[in-house]
Amino acid sequence: MITAAVPERENYLNNAYGIKSWLLTRDHKRIGLLYLFTVTLFFFLGGAFATMIRIELLTPQGNFVSSETYNKLFTMHGVAMIFFFLIPAIPATLGNFFLPMMIGARDLAFPRINLLSWYLLVIGGLFSLFAMLAGGVDTGWTFYTPYSTTYSNSWVIATALGIFISGFSSILTGLNFIVTVHRMRAPGMTWMRMPLFVWSHYATALIQVLGTPVVAVTIILLFCERVFHIGIFDPTLGGDPVLFQHMFWFYSHPAVYIMILPAMGIVSELVSVFSRKPVFGYQFVAYASMAIAVLGFLVWGHHLFVSTQSVYAALVFSFLSYFVAIPSAIKVFNWTATLYKGSISFATPMLYAFGFIGLFTIGGLTGLFVAALGFDVHVTDTYFVVAHFHYIMVGGTIMAYLGGLHYWWPKITGRMYPEGWAKLSALIIFLGFNLTFFPQFILGYLGMPRRYHVYPDEFQVLHVLSTAGASVLAVGYLMPMIYFIWSLRYGKVASANPWGATGLEWQTPSPPPVHNFDVTPIVTHDAYDYSTVIGQEVEVG
Amino acid sequence: MGKFPLFPEQASTFAPDVDHLTYFLLAVAVFFTVLIFCSIFYLAIRYRRRSDGELPHVPHGGLALEIVWSVIPFGITMVMFTWGASVFFNESRPPNNAMPLYVVAKQWMWKIEHMEGQREINELHIPLGRAVRLTMASEDVIHSFYVPAFRVKQDVVPGKYSTIWFQPTKPGKYHLFCAEFCGTRHSGMIGWVYVMQPRDYQNWLSGGAPAGTLAESGEKLFTDLACSNCHKADGTGRCPSLEGLFGKTVQLANGAKIVADEPYIRESILHPAAKIVAGYLPVMPTFQGLVTEDGVLQLIEYIKSLGPKPIVGGGGALGK
Ligand code: HEM
Ligand SMILES: [Cu+2]
Repeated sequence: MITAAVPERENYLNNAYGIKSWLLTRDHKRIGLLYLFTVTLFFFLGGAFATMIRIELLTPQGNFVSSETYNKLFTMHGVAMIFFFLIPAIPATLGNFFLPMMIGARDLAFPRINLLSWYLLVIGGLFSLFAMLAGGVDTGWTFYTPYSTTYSNSWVIATALGIFISGFSSILTGLNFIVTVHRMRAPGMTWMRMPLFVWSHYATALIQVLGTPVVAVTIILLFCERVFHIGIFDPTLGGDPVLFQHMFWFYSHPAVYIMILPAMGIVSELVSVFSRKPVFGYQFVAYASMAIAVLGFLVWGHHLFVSTQSVYAALVFSFLSYFVAIPSAIKVFNWTATLYKGSISFATPMLYAFGFIGLFTIGGLTGLFVAALGFDVHVTDTYFVVAHFHYIMVGGTIMAYLGGLHYWWPKITGRMYPEGWAKLSALIIFLGFNLTFFPQFILGYLGMPRRYHVYPDEFQVLHVLSTAGASVLAVGYLMPMIYFIWSLRYGKVASANPWGATGLEWQTPSPPPVHNFDVTPIVTHDAYDYSTVIGQEVEVG
Repeated sequence: MGKFPLFPEQASTFAPDVDHLTYFLLAVAVFFTVLIFCSIFYLAIRYRRRSDGELPHVPHGGLALEIVWSVIPFGITMVMFTWGASVFFNESRPPNNAMPLYVVAKQWMWKIEHMEGQREINELHIPLGRAVRLTMASEDVIHSFYVPAFRVKQDVVPGKYSTIWFQPTKPGKYHLFCAEFCGTRHSGMIGWVYVMQPRDYQNWLSGGAPAGTLAESGEKLFTDLACSNCHKADGTGRCPSLEGLFGKTVQLANGAKIVADEPYIRESILHPAAKIVAGYLPVMPTFQGLVTEDGVLQLIEYIKSLGPKPIVGGGGALGK
């Protein structure tokens, strides 16, 4: 605790008080916290929908909610989680906060635009929230036509508009990151000295800027058809329903990399710091991010293998999908190799990083399964696909996000979280996660279709296991919520660099001053050169 | 709660093909998962931090290693690609002698039409051992025809025909699911596929009292909708004769040539102006809204019955 005698050092949190100092701030750190608050709300909203879904699926009959409600639940779960949690989660919170600090900048290139992008997310979120409260939407987060344009009588337009608006938030964040990385690096911070977190955010930003406009156009077309009956997708109006799928996935496949690349960036930081070694194959990991960003635009058709897309198109998309897998594999191997002859600490963030690598490996390998045409025909639109993407997005992205939050918590708040509780929650999340989603692979292979309110009896055992896992998982997610808040007041005061990390964000006090650095740092070493922060060198092993 | 299987039943010729591919994928996945998990466990414990101030020695990068762990996985994925593609290719090539059947999907039911005139709802009876080819249409939104025991699935998209084929290998009763979300009662759009011994199937066929074969129903529609007023058998009407049309190459007014297959005939009925036969005027009215997808299928069967030539090979079962 701070003693009364020492006047508190000025930092970004105590330099101004009051609601206005937050809502009108242009400080990337405060904006990062505004995002943190917002996406956390959406995470718990999406989580509430998921809870109801899992309760319903305890029994084969539909006896907890009606079919109509069930369809709205899984739709709103997907919309809240994908568009208002996973896409902004890492870049807009931790990226916003740390990307400028890691390259030695005082802020992002366009601080006002940064604030604007938070408002856009909030306005978009409110639109979608309004749609949920007014009656909900039941098309699935994928909005397939002509169901969404002609047949559904739920709040499609309000929801889609919310996504449309929040898309601009994503575009502006990406733009800000790109310009910041190009223009605002501290002296000596060459491209090949940038932390891998920055590289992966740079790759993500490219996707945000190039991909998101396509989904905006798609939503406008959907709007035109639903409201003005202009035939684009509905065949009775002369349109083509599969065209929508092409446009939707042209954005949404790259969007899955918007969700995973920043997570990979966090894991690179964690693996390095807690092994006290540079990431093995630094350049390969950096270029792998760029390769993923580019190749990710070429594989959207793997979501359309049974959609009546031509056989030859399917062959090409299957082939190209395997190319994306290679850079992901390269990363996993390099992280693992980083451990070799390292000095490995089992601090909570590292446990999350291990969890990420394990679950991402399973998610990525099952990505190879579904990219194999003959296999995918059987499992597409079943729980197998549901399991695949949850392994990556929940097992991967959320694990990394939590790892990152623990790692940077001392920097953000100036307080340590309680280590024992944190380790326990990481373990609970890992076990709960596997119990929830592993049975879904089996369910899917057995033929259980996704988005089913009522299902045949023989699938019940696996659904019960999955629901049991979900309750464990929920406990795991609530724990950090509680002890993070607790630590704000009671946590141990954090030093400037509690982990012995090399990043520039650790070379300034915790919490950082308003302009991040009292003097502009001059960079003379590669990222992850631990000899600059740890005294003596000893041979390990 | 019932039994607790880990693999679904194998009831078509595709099922073992897909399952073998699955075994291979599983073997690769288990190998790499175990490799990564064990490496992490071993390395993390072996090199755990022993004192706070220790600073490990930095090894030099390994270009050779990077190449090895890029090229080997790439080779393995290419096996996955080729294997998956070859299974898929078979799934998309129905044999010429496949028994044709029609499926019309609508919110929220499956309607099946047999050539002999039998109609079923949410049930599909087929003989054991005979390849079956379904031509599928949707009355409203996208549905997807899925029989897990056969390992096949195909979306049914409004506005076009899609096809799927399979050859059942085991008598029994199997789930039929709609796999593409199609609205409120999506999970109720399910049914059963009955694979019967050929003799039982013959009995089943003769058991019902159909109102005539599919082609006969089509002929009746052809007169009821007054198609026959223009399309005269001898070609004297304002419109081309439909005798022997099916499977023939048609010369269009815009110079293109097209084979008269099911999608072409469907389009000619619902969007007559889209493709005009050379030498005729675009005078035919659209029948959209006047004839259901079932009706269109019956008309197609009738037109087929006028011509000797069935289309062989017939496009991709898994897409066009
Ligand atoms: C290793 C690389 C990957 C490959 C080869 C791959 C392959 C695929 C394929 C082929 C599908 C379509 C399956 C189907 O619908 O039948 C799919 C679905 C999906 N994947 Fe992946 N994937 C990979 C990584 C990822 C990553 C990194 C993410 C997310 C961060 C992701 C998220 C998703 C999602 C969300 C879906 C399904 C969406 C839906 O239908 O609702 N995948 N993946
Ligand atoms: Cu994809």
